[in-house]
Amino acid sequence: MGQEKIVGKPMLRKEGVAKVCGRARYIDDMTMPGMLHGATVRSSIARGKILGVEFGAGIPWDEFVIVTATDIPGANEIAMINHDWPCLAGEVVNHAEEAILLLAHPDRHLLPKAVAAVHVSCEEWPAVFSIEESERRDPVVWGEDNVFKSFLMEKGDVDAVWTLADRVVEGEYTTGAQEHLYIENNGAIAVYSAEDGLTVWGSLQCPFYVHKSLVKMTGLAEEKVRIVQVETGGAFGGKEDYPSMIGAHAALLAMKSGKPVKIVYDRAEDMAATTKRHPSRVRHRTAVTRDGKLLGAEIEIALDGGAYSTLSSTVLSRATIHAGGPYYWPNIRVRSKAFATNYPPYGAFRGFGAPQSLFAIERHMDHIAEELGIAPDELRRRNFLKPGLETATGQEIREEIDLDHLMGRALAEADYHHKRERFARENAGAESKKKGIGFAAFLHGSGFTGSGEKYLNSLAAMDVTSEGKARVLVSSTEFGQGTNTILCQIAAETLGIDFDAVEMGPPDTSVVPNTGPTVASRTSMVVGKLVHSAAVGLKKTLLASSLLGEGCSTEEFVMAARTYVAQHGALRSESRYEAPPGVHWDDQLYRGEAYAAYAWAVYVAEVTVDQTTWGVTVDDFVAVQEVGRVLNPMLATGQIEGGVAQGIGWALYEKVMWNRGRMGNNQMTNYIIPTSQDIPPIRVFFEERPFGHGAYGAKGIGELPMDGPAPAILNAIAHATGRQFDSVPLLPEDIFRQMAVREPEREVVTL
Amino acid sequence: MSLQSYSLRVNGNIYKVATHPMMRLLDVLRFDLELTGTKEGCGEGECGACSVLMNGELVNSCLVPVAQADGAEIETVEGLGQDEKLHVVQRAFLECGGAQCGMCTPGMLVAAAHLLKKNACPDLAAIREGLNGNLCRCTGYMRIFEAVERAMSSTAEGRG
Ligand code: FES
Ligand code: FES
Repeated sequence: MGQEKIVGKPMLRKEGVAKVCGRARYIDDMTMPGMLHGATVRSSIARGKILGVEFGAGIPWDEFVIVTATDIPGANEIAMINHDWPCLAGEVVNHAEEAILLLAHPDRHLLPKAVAAVHVSCEEWPAVFSIEESERRDPVVWGEDNVFKSFLMEKGDVDAVWTLADRVVEGEYTTGAQEHLYIENNGAIAVYSAEDGLTVWGSLQCPFYVHKSLVKMTGLAEEKVRIVQVETGGAFGGKEDYPSMIGAHAALLAMKSGKPVKIVYDRAEDMAATTKRHPSRVRHRTAVTRDGKLLGAEIEIALDGGAYSTLSSTVLSRATIHAGGPYYWPNIRVRSKAFATNYPPYGAFRGFGAPQSLFAIERHMDHIAEELGIAPDELRRRNFLKPGLETATGQEIREEIDLDHLMGRALAEADYHHKRERFARENAGAESKKKGIGFAAFLHGSGFTGSGEKYLNSLAAMDVTSEGKARVLVSSTEFGQGTNTILCQIAAETLGIDFDAVEMGPPDTSVVPNTGPTVASRTSMVVGKLVHSAAVGLKKTLLASSLLGEGCSTEEFVMAARTYVAQHGALRSESRYEAPPGVHWDDQLYRGEAYAAYAWAVYVAEVTVDQTTWGVTVDDFVAVQEVGRVLNPMLATGQIEGGVAQGIGWALYEKVMWNRGRMGNNQMTNYIIPTSQDIPPIRVFFEERPFGHGAYGAKGIGELPMDGPAPAILNAIAHATGRQFDSVPLLPEDIFRQMAVREPEREVVTL
Repeated sequence: MSLQSYSLRVNGNIYKVATHPMMRLLDVLRFDLELTGTKEGCGEGECGACSVLMNGELVNSCLVPVAQADGAEIETVEGLGQDEKLHVVQRAFLECGGAQCGMCTPGMLVAAAHLLKKNACPDLAAIREGLNGNLCRCTGYMRIFEAVERAMSSTAEGRG
């Protein structure tokens, strides 16, 4: 670490100039000759049988292209893990806003009227609108028991610990749905001809997910389906699954009409119809000794998965593995279930189940501390995972992690101890405003869970252009996080050439190999490593050709690459994923190396609670993390700050209001995200410990910052008010409601 | 409703369009004039992605019917600066990491440039207030504030 010239430096965003000039082309900026505009007719009820469709008067229906489920050439399915998510509802609907019928017309202004004129008559069936109703099978709406997936993760002998405990502390923690609210809505354009097959351009994260889904839905040969990502205006997981749906809809209209078709949602449709973060309910029962040693835990996780299983099983898996937090549990049992309800399917959202679990454990740790009369930091210090100890899955910590130090640094940066004492003293006399400070400690696994990376079998490549520029060929996409810049930095550093002499290949399935999806904080660590090896291969070829000597300049590289291409036609190098040594995972028992590496963090929040309005403001926020080597400090800091802001939104502002399964506040006017005036100073610090198996020591960053803010803020609110809140989002009315009732007795059993 | 003709001066160029009086200025810019730098995030005046200057005032172009913009002077992100000649706020956004996905960026840049025009040395509270009509979901705003501060100091140094 330290000798590198490009890695670790704040290189400017590759596509930055295009973005600040307004030249970057997003899906709605594109148009094609003869293009039609598509729109979707959706279900207004949550569950029922479709009886008939009528086309109302006053619309020139003969000018419209109309597609129903019967027009689907292949499988009526959006290919995910299971096969239950239809592309268009055929006979039944299982959630409000489920797509039933598609329309296309050259005049986009006619579409809203046409959509409103289609009347779908339905027989309404009883629906399930909560985890509890789903649990009671009241009624059964999916499979035999409403359960998409369940896991049991067990270590030690939990049943034996209860009699050994001085205290048993119980708690229940819930979290709500969260809308991604990327500023660019979902959109896609499809073009089809029998000769060239199907091409779909879209705002998306995972070109090969869409490819796989559309091959299945169209029945076309793999090489006849081409997916191209265009500039994508934010995603956060929300463009992992849904682009396969909107892409399929555009494709069906294009195939039926023979014309290019664009579908771009407006904000109301995007918010109402697309996926959101899974709501959760987590129950903890913990055995502790008087002096704060954690003996054992029984944890029960329930996720609301919505109407179709989509990615719920993998979200649940990550929630399960992160349930115990960054602590050593000699005995632990986690039972988890993802339930079906009749809400629009919940999907991937930054953190992918971990924020839900970590909110619960980090609120629960503060409860335990209070019950025992031990300071929250001291309780954590006594139980932190350390090198040599094993996680809940039996994974031995081999990274040189020092959580005690990380926590110490975060608390010092926030002036925690001093403020903790001062606020408590000043709050006693305060009438109008009370202040509090709280924190959360957590971890986040980088990359796919368990054997996931092995199954993905990712392939990255590099080649050179005819001008002699090196080109990174991956299916990893840029949607603001910095993929383009980071991967070019790695390639340039490895090749020993200027950053400007490296460019990204187009994110087009007909050009780049399948490097796996752009999710799970895997791009820097996993894909970065592959790009590094591909760059090493490229350089070796050039050195072996004797066109290039060691220690070449950028100009020499460009010359040599150009000559090589002129002589041989092409210069290309590939690299396939290999698991780091000693990584074993048992999918049945949930034992082993759950992740190749973890990122670790401690976040501290300082809040003010207004005693009249019950409004909470976050006044200061400190984020200290260990994410391996930081490849680009400016981009990494931006990732952390953005994630913290989303976490603040999830904790204090963002509430999805449901009305019989339909989102009632699907507008930016009434679904509130933090503005420039709501965000505190976010102070970001990195502890750098290069990870041996990541590119230049990198681990994952992207999702980590979503995990910490909610528990840190609620711990701070407890400090300010002396009352315990165990649910997010926590809006003023929620605080008011709870302040109006007497504090319930906490469930503590003294043995 | 019949088409009417309107004349707009956008980034110094005069354009004539024939369209409906209630057509949003946003659509006229994006579709008729093919100035797609200005973005749509919400269509209801909440997000500011569509921010432009109209006769020197910051407006949400999704709320302005073209009839109201007839004869007006409009400035969009494309008019701020391009490649070799970036506006000082564009350069600062680039250097500070103020743009991530880039979707809020055009509106944010127009709002930031407008803010600095009205107040050459805004303090942090004034920057926060000046940008409160522009939502960003990616950055958490810190890099944007830093960018505005950098643009301010480089203007003060006479670099801009
Ligand atoms: S699109 Fe105009 S304010 Fe959001
Ligand atoms: S940079 Fe993505 S919304 Fe601001």
